[in-house]
Amino acid sequence: MPVEIKMPKLGESVVEGVIGKWLKAEGDPIEEDEPLVEVDTDKVNAEVPSPAKGVVHRLLVKEGEKVAVGQAIALILLEGETVAEDAAESDDTSQRTYDEPASPTAPANHRRSAPRSPHVYTPAVRRLAAESGIDPATVVGTGIGGRVSKKDMERAIAARKESEPAPQPAALSTGHRPLADGDEVVPITRMRRTIAERMLHSTRTVPHAWTMVEVDVTSLVAWRERIKEDFRRREGFNLTYLAFVVKAAVEALREYPILNSTWEEDRIVIKRRINIGIAVDLEDGLIVPVIKDADQKSIVGIARAIADLATRARAGKLTPDDVSGGTFTINNTGAFGSILSAPIINYPQAAILSMETITKRPVVVGDAIAIRSMMNLCMSLDHRILDGAVAGRFLRSVKRRLESYDANTPLY
Amino acid sequence: MAVKNILESVRAALFEEMRRDPRVMILGEDVGRHGGVFNATQGLLDEFGEDRVVDTPLAESSIVGIAIGAAVGGLLPIAEIQFADFIHSAVDQIINEAAKLRYRSNNDFGCPIVIRVPYGGGITGGLYHSQSVEALFFSTPGLKIVAPTTPADVKGLLRAAIADPDPVIFLEHKASYRTIKGEYPEGDYFIPIGGADVKRTGTDVTVVSYGMTMHYAWEAADALAQEEGIEVELIDLRTLLPLDRNTIIESVKKTGKLLIVHEDNLTGGVGAEVAATVAEHALMYLDAPIRRIAAPDIPATPYHPALERAMLPSKEQVKEAIRELARY
Repeated sequence: MPVEIKMPKLGESVVEGVIGKWLKAEGDPIEEDEPLVEVDTDKVNAEVPSPAKGVVHRLLVKEGEKVAVGQAIALILLEGETVAEDAAESDDTSQRTYDEPASPTAPANHRRSAPRSPHVYTPAVRRLAAESGIDPATVVGTGIGGRVSKKDMERAIAARKESEPAPQPAALSTGHRPLADGDEVVPITRMRRTIAERMLHSTRTVPHAWTMVEVDVTSLVAWRERIKEDFRRREGFNLTYLAFVVKAAVEALREYPILNSTWEEDRIVIKRRINIGIAVDLEDGLIVPVIKDADQKSIVGIARAIADLATRARAGKLTPDDVSGGTFTINNTGAFGSILSAPIINYPQAAILSMETITKRPVVVGDAIAIRSMMNLCMSLDHRILDGAVAGRFLRSVKRRLESYDANTPLY
Repeated sequence: MAVKNILESVRAALFEEMRRDPRVMILGEDVGRHGGVFNATQGLLDEFGEDRVVDTPLAESSIVGIAIGAAVGGLLPIAEIQFADFIHSAVDQIINEAAKLRYRSNNDFGCPIVIRVPYGGGITGGLYHSQSVEALFFSTPGLKIVAPTTPADVKGLLRAAIADPDPVIFLEHKASYRTIKGEYPEGDYFIPIGGADVKRTGTDVTVVSYGMTMHYAWEAADALAQEEGIEVELIDLRTLLPLDRNTIIESVKKTGKLLIVHEDNLTGGVGAEVAATVAEHALMYLDAPIRRIAAPDIPATPYHPALERAMLPSKEQVKEAIRELARY
């Protein structure tokens, strides 16, 4: 292999030099220690001897060119050697050079070992864990040996911050007022919250108007009083006044379908099916199960449905289907003695009807005063859909039917 | 702005300071007629004369001792110790006299001397032309030690050293004399002693260094940023004594990882003090053990080039260490 001649260091502070004059040409034979080249540095000019006997194979630098100390300047082919033309390009390790650097072995103090276990955490990781509350054991480790690094913790903290929902603007809440002695704090159940939300939504979005009629149900009362015991024994459930009101209402709804509708931003949708929701009071709230297709039921059928829904409601056994799809709601506020109510519309319906208690009252019949069983019917209506006129006509229709119910009315 | 190498910068700064203040004088071996063995004082004798550029005998203890006397007498002497390896005879004058004079005289006398010390290896200087001596003086309160890295550092710190009312050891790494070039500022330029220079900001690893290894670290940092996206925060101490602990601590608090590189031996070197400072003040911010790269604890720098290369911290070593630490 050719021997590389390198630019020597000719003084302590010399880092480079200039090739002054080649004393041999390529192909010339050369003896050991025979001068090969003159080099100039800013300290000294000197001759560089050949370290071996052989033939000058290649001169790598031109005269006048600057070379750094240690740079190869010539190749000497040793005696007896031949070389393939491209051998000069072969890698350093195959060439014999005179100051081949030994690969430095790193002294022992330079070696570093990985932590014994990925769960040994550095102080920075422990500090971040304490500050953020994130357990490093839950963080993916990208340090060596799979350790959780400071950057891994920082990433976990940043990720958690991003996934937090944007803080809601503070609602206009009344906040908690200081409790007085003896005050009782009642937690809000899910039902109560649902009712609260529905009521709030309805009153906020629907412009409520209210109207009322007085209904003379004397005939109905007389008839029902006469048959209710037998009915109960025969059917197993009560024939409530509510059933009659529902019947009258659904027939009036057939006449005035606009009351069986719903407001959508750019249209009013009149529902074909008449599904009557009846409010049932529960121990801790109320629920509104729905009699589906109430217009296709007889009075008894309605009464049976009411009884069934009420029973299951109080037993907590209503299905989602039972409480959805209502198109009109009737509320028996009279059951508690009310004579006047202003109910809140069951969103997204168009109106809600409340039947008040039946009381005997002196009323004018013809030109005389008579004692009649009177029941008020109150209705709240969505004034976007309904006006006083159609509401009044509807109520008049309900009233007419209720006032006509007597022993001749088919129950079934 | 002119571009100069370190040696030219030393020379230019000496000219500027001696022109600025007639009290500034220089003394040492071969500084006058010869212009210095590295040509650092070339031309000063011609301009300023024998009274201000004094060729001394080969007697380091006397060089420093005479400088101390001249300083007490009202001059601003710059004593040159031709090679750091020769400073040992002067240690008594430096540590027992110069460093303690203000304390000992109850502030009556300061000792405004500058001791210029070419140091460091990598030039096959062998046992007596390669030493790093900063550790010797590092633990002596009353002294200051500066180690400029760039031509601008040379100018600014030499000015500050001469202006300092107390003794300053001015370290010049001889391997940097001709190999390190940079912009040499014009006009008035002053770098306060005691401030480290953040040569490069980063978030992944803090590297603290000075001298020639500072340049290795700088090259490695730039290369690693480009090749592997590792962002090094590089702190050039520039002043060894007093140590700029705050800059170091703040940086480690940011990155969590510290690598100290210096050519001096490992044990008892400046790096040990940096490591202890960080362990004391920033333990809870460390995300990896503190690493030091330094020459191994062997008695001398070898003369043979291969052995010298094996002993002194190399560019590759520094780069690999940064890479490993970044991946820790």
